[in-house]
Amino acid sequence: MTRFDLPTRRSFLALGAGLSLTMYGGGAFAAGAPMRQKLVLVVARGAMDGLSLAPPIGDPNYAALRGPIAIPADAVLKLDGTFGLHPKLDGLHRMIQSGQARLAPAVALPQRIRSHFEAQDLLETGGPRSYALKTGWLNRAVQAIQVAHPIQAMSLGAQRPLVLTGPIQSQSWSPGRPVNDSAERVAAVLQDLYANDPLLGPALASGLQTESMAAGMGTGQPVAPQNVAALVATAAKFLTAPDGPSIAVLSLDGFDTHARQGAAEGQLAVRFNTLDQTLTGLQTGLGPAWKDTVVIVATEFGRTARINGTQGTDHGTASALVLAGGAVKPGGMIGDWPTLADNKLFENRDLAPTLDVRSVFKGVLADHMGLDRSVLETAVFPESADAPAAKGLVA
Amino acid sequence: MASVTKDLQAAIAVTRFGLGARPGEIDAAKGDPQGWLKAQIRRQGADQPQGDLGSIRENFAALDARQQVIRNGAADPAMRREATAPLREGVIDEMLARARLAATTPAGFRERWTLFWANHFTVAAKALQVAAAVGPFEREAIRPNVFGRFEDLLVASTRHPGMLLYLDQAQSLGPNSQVATRQRRGGLNENLAREIMELHTVGADAGYTQADVTEFARALTGWSIGGQQVPEAQRGAYIYRAAMHEPGERTIMGRRYGTGGEDQARRVLADLAGDRRTARHLARKIAVHFVADDPPAALTARLEAAWTTSGGDLSAVAAALIAAPEAWEPQARKLKTPYEFIVSGYRAASVQPRDGQREVAVALTALGQRPWAAPQPNGWSEMAADWAPPDAIVKRLTWAQAFSNAYAPQGSPAEIADSVLGARLSPVTRQAVSRAETRPEAFAILLMSPEFQRR
Repeated sequence: MTRFDLPTRRSFLALGAGLSLTMYGGGAFAAGAPMRQKLVLVVARGAMDGLSLAPPIGDPNYAALRGPIAIPADAVLKLDGTFGLHPKLDGLHRMIQSGQARLAPAVALPQRIRSHFEAQDLLETGGPRSYALKTGWLNRAVQAIQVAHPIQAMSLGAQRPLVLTGPIQSQSWSPGRPVNDSAERVAAVLQDLYANDPLLGPALASGLQTESMAAGMGTGQPVAPQNVAALVATAAKFLTAPDGPSIAVLSLDGFDTHARQGAAEGQLAVRFNTLDQTLTGLQTGLGPAWKDTVVIVATEFGRTARINGTQGTDHGTASALVLAGGAVKPGGMIGDWPTLADNKLFENRDLAPTLDVRSVFKGVLADHMGLDRSVLETAVFPESADAPAAKGLVA
Repeated sequence: MASVTKDLQAAIAVTRFGLGARPGEIDAAKGDPQGWLKAQIRRQGADQPQGDLGSIRENFAALDARQQVIRNGAADPAMRREATAPLREGVIDEMLARARLAATTPAGFRERWTLFWANHFTVAAKALQVAAAVGPFEREAIRPNVFGRFEDLLVASTRHPGMLLYLDQAQSLGPNSQVATRQRRGGLNENLAREIMELHTVGADAGYTQADVTEFARALTGWSIGGQQVPEAQRGAYIYRAAMHEPGERTIMGRRYGTGGEDQARRVLADLAGDRRTARHLARKIAVHFVADDPPAALTARLEAAWTTSGGDLSAVAAALIAAPEAWEPQARKLKTPYEFIVSGYRAASVQPRDGQREVAVALTALGQRPWAAPQPNGWSEMAADWAPPDAIVKRLTWAQAFSNAYAPQGSPAEIADSVLGARLSPVTRQAVSRAETRPEAFAILLMSPEFQRR
């Protein structure tokens, strides 16, 4: 059969580095100083079960509510009198023990929604309610930071997340074959053909520039698309490259555990293993830059406090959020623990929220990325006065 | 539409409504572009991919056989791999057969319309068991029903074992059902009920509550799949299990549904299918798919009117789309999805994929749209901007270049561009194609041109 040619050499894309930025809005970048600080957002899609991530084994109702899918007390990694961590989160456990990570046990969106898609939209737009905003809060944050610092943001993976969608062209990268000479010549022609196309023109320019950065930093072996560890290692390389992005967004999926969720082992345990690899991979890959890094792991909502009829859990309300990184200020739990007492469950079914997720995002953006409070309140998180920035999250 | 010439109409018919032109196709549509499209609507539904493809029952039987092997072979990984291989290969065969149909069909609109509905009723291969069901689901539940009544399509989708597995319905147990009172374990799973309301019918903004979802989930209990204990003919097929059904009457979105068995959820589906909000939700989604991320209100209104006056007859809705002047604006505002892109590449080159793994599965994984692998039940995005992150365009470029090296057709590149894009081809693209250094580069430029990327 006819075989597709595989490129034989990795080419350096002078083209992407040269033409593109001047052609497509490069002037928007301020000339200010670069930033040391790094921010990584990991979106856990499908409604990650906070009660399995940080099982409240000290809560008198936990074991009964969860039955066979409760994480056994002798299996959890101990944190304090109430909470442990899922046994697959060994790396995160070490980070927490050494003051490099913290948990918020009961975080939720400003609006009670049980649709994944509406809730993810809200998590990523940062609006006060569904459909209030069309762009992502991180895109708006980048726009605000760019006034003072020439930073970039990048999504890793084949799909661009809504949180980075908006007026600022964000970078993106996913594993694939490198661009060879012939593709480069085609790209040169396309830059002309795309001159009037508002989607294709800026996208190609930015994509070529990222390819050129990837070629320069020598990502080594091609990364298989399903290999999260390799993807995370590459993300860390981008974040530490000389002209690399300061902000990266990754998505992990498969958290929608309606059936056969498992406990210490099983379906969800596999996802937590991936999450742990993501966090430790960032720590290792970022090296000295880890001390300037905050990683946020957030999900759209939690899962029902009770086990359902199919050994899983259904769509709930509050879930756990993880902050990790060398820049995280050591401390205990972020926000209160509402308990699993019968009269404390939201709608007699879900863990009740004690903290608006926007408070965490705002706290990190203010104290870590230096965003001005008034910009946060108006441009980045409009109508969020009821979710004040959480203080003391960043060292 | 009067201002749009017949030549341009023909190019739009083949590329915006269809799957892109095979050489000569735009010329063939020139006489009557709308008629060319309308002739592709047919009661009996979509075309079926050709090949040695298993039915849902055959694939489930193969799964059972695999389980048997694994049980007997204890934990021998080689045996496990060997037993699993045919199932994995079966999914690749499904992908290849489907891509070959799309690459060769003379009825590109019929297949596009089908792909729209297959994505609307997403069943993704999230586990091996569901992977064995995705191809059969599309062939058995979707394809026969895409030009019939929406209600029939909805019922076929909801009852198919592929959907029952994917959204966890098969095990859902009424809390007061005979089985629940006997065994004291198991219970309700509301996943399918919620997604039918939110995604398949009335839409998330329809104002239903958690109580409505739970009530619908109760009504759906008993809709399940035949296992080893049922007669051979029902194994792996949809069955209704009365002993799992939650007894009693239900109230859903203000409507009461009297006590019943299988028919209780069937009545709910009928009401959901006939709901005005379903008509509005789907009219808009069709307009977004074919015309623009933010479609003209007049277009959405036409589609909605066709839907309601015909009682959800999808042939009538397809005909209304073809007849709508707003769908024929010269500006191509949508971006092809990766699947549409590579299929249209094969069509432009008059070839078809030969290797399901390399040319379909691997290629589309790199482009972010592996078949039957939408990350979530809402399916692949219908929004153009979602398919144009920087990396995605680079991936299209590297694919186009490799594909052109393998398959760039002989002949004058400029004339090929004329036949593939017709009156949509701009002079500047035509010139760029004719000035390329090599035939593969000329063809890659054509595939990557804005006119080819957009539709």
